[in-house]
Amino acid sequence: MIQVIDPETCTSCNICVNVCPTNVFDQTDGQPVIARQDDCQTCFLCELYCPEDALFVAPFADGPQPIDITALKQAGMFGSYRRAVGWSEETRDARGGDRSYLLFGH
Amino acid sequence: MNSYSRSEPTLSGAGYVEFDTDVLVLGGGPAGTWAALSAAERGARVILADKGFCGTSGATAAAGTGVWFVDPDAAKREAAMAGREAMGGYLQDRRWMARVLDRTYRNSHRIAEWGYPYPVDTAGNRQLTSLQGPEYMRLMRKRVKQAGVSILDHSPALELLVDEAGAVAGAVGIRRQRQDNWLVRARAVVMATGGCAFLSKTLGSNVLTGDGYLMAAELGAEFTSMEFSNAYAISPAYGTVTKTLLYGWATFTYEDGSVVPGAASKGGRSAIARALMQGPVYAQLDKADASTREAMRASQPNFFLPYDRTGIDPFTQRFPVTLRLEGTVRGTGGLKITDDSCATSVTGLYAAGDAATRELICGGFTGGGSHNAAWAMSSGSWAGAGAADHALRSGSQRTSSRAGTVGLRDRPGRAFSPAVLTKAVQEEAFPYDINYFRAADRLLGSLQRLDALWREVSDAGAADRAAILRARESAAMLATVRWMYRSALARTESRGMHRREDFPRQDERQRHYITTGGLDDVWTATRPKADAVVSEAAE
Repeated sequence: MIQVIDPETCTSCNICVNVCPTNVFDQTDGQPVIARQDDCQTCFLCELYCPEDALFVAPFADGPQPIDITALKQAGMFGSYRRAVGWSEETRDARGGDRSYLLFGH
Repeated sequence: MNSYSRSEPTLSGAGYVEFDTDVLVLGGGPAGTWAALSAAERGARVILADKGFCGTSGATAAAGTGVWFVDPDAAKREAAMAGREAMGGYLQDRRWMARVLDRTYRNSHRIAEWGYPYPVDTAGNRQLTSLQGPEYMRLMRKRVKQAGVSILDHSPALELLVDEAGAVAGAVGIRRQRQDNWLVRARAVVMATGGCAFLSKTLGSNVLTGDGYLMAAELGAEFTSMEFSNAYAISPAYGTVTKTLLYGWATFTYEDGSVVPGAASKGGRSAIARALMQGPVYAQLDKADASTREAMRASQPNFFLPYDRTGIDPFTQRFPVTLRLEGTVRGTGGLKITDDSCATSVTGLYAAGDAATRELICGGFTGGGSHNAAWAMSSGSWAGAGAADHALRSGSQRTSSRAGTVGLRDRPGRAFSPAVLTKAVQEEAFPYDINYFRAADRLLGSLQRLDALWREVSDAGAADRAAILRARESAAMLATVRWMYRSALARTESRGMHRREDFPRQDERQRHYITTGGLDDVWTATRPKADAVVSEAAE
């Protein structure tokens, strides 16, 4: 479930408002807000589309969890999914890294 | 037949943005985007409306999937078709399997031409058997826009428009981020709204609530194979990542650490369900060697998010798992297809992807993501072309009216609570001892409660704007589970994924399809399978 929009890094671009398939965020005069947290389906896609790695989705589907932004940042959790799929500048090579063909037919 | 008047005039004016088009595509996942592209390439004007955001919406975008891609080598194709026939209960159609393999081959090469980063193996061969969801759907959105299709994001359809002859004539919905409504008059509509996973939080599927089924049923559409709707996927107990491939390397254990007998991701999932009815079940991916682990991480990064973010090493530590209902998303039932262009039983209405039946290539057992992905891109292409051709030979716009029923019309009762209805439907659809393991008494008991719920909602008044989408979603889930369980009762045997405890064997006389439909009165009928009839005649 989406837990936080980091106020320090969010640039109010509102991409998350647009791309969230379940319409969890609302645009405001400033930074967007998590307006309907219960509607989050924990698909992690907002993280992928956030160019600033300002969002963090906890893996718990059924309810909010207390989080520590500083600790998560230190652990490299912000943006970890985007880096893993190759959607950040420094990890572009990972885009062609799919090795599913080695796993099929097991 | 439902009890609502269909003669209400088309509303327009304040609070509406109106469009006139040739083809309206509802749903912006793989099937919808392929349909929109295909219709546009045929020269049709196309509007695509998605409940969420075309590019992130649906089961594929969040997940990624294998693709039933097979080189055009006669022996390989034969093996691919024959390989799952027994599992599917011999309800597949060879001609459709062959044309889906052909179309998937061609479409996959188009995806490659468009720049999708397919991996290259150590022998230098490009591998087209898998697609990363976010990458694939981002590309599809781009192609759809480049083809001149107008996309309406965050624009869930609520009801179809119907003309005086009963043909579909467009749809009406809301623009949920703009606080207004949309109305599209169209000469043909492609239903690509996906299946129904009952808000079980199976990955990416909470937008898939059977909305298109309900809208189509309000025009009298027929459904088929709805008894094959009890797919459940493994996920961490607390999480949503229902990607089951990697559980092929798992050992499943009880609380005390002893192994659950017979439990496996493939061919042993029912043992997991039975164990979960007794208590918690744990998994550990202890059968993966170092190189497999590396391939897993590279191929399915999101599979590891629930573990990495909770400090679990899934290879060396065990973690609790559950089974989440995937319903018709990974079932094989859906709108009945009546010809090669993916037309339905409603004039002007075409169906693609999980909104349509996948019985033609999967029979009665899910082919998993790979068959559904192949079906989505193939049926989407055909439905888009079929809809475009239909639209371009149709005359000028006709008088139309709104076909929507529950939640949309003034009725004597008070509006129902979508949250309460959703919970009531989930309590019938989720339990393993009703849906996974089926028996007449439990199905009948459930249907009595579900039919009573339907009577309540069909007498309820219109929902207010804030609740209208949830009201329609919950009503659609209710309608869907009633078709599922009526069909399950009508198939008095076990075949494919449909397991009847009171009829544990496959019955050769029931190698037929079950058609269903109706809202106030749900009906079922059997349809012969063409080659089953031929083989009987030859005996």
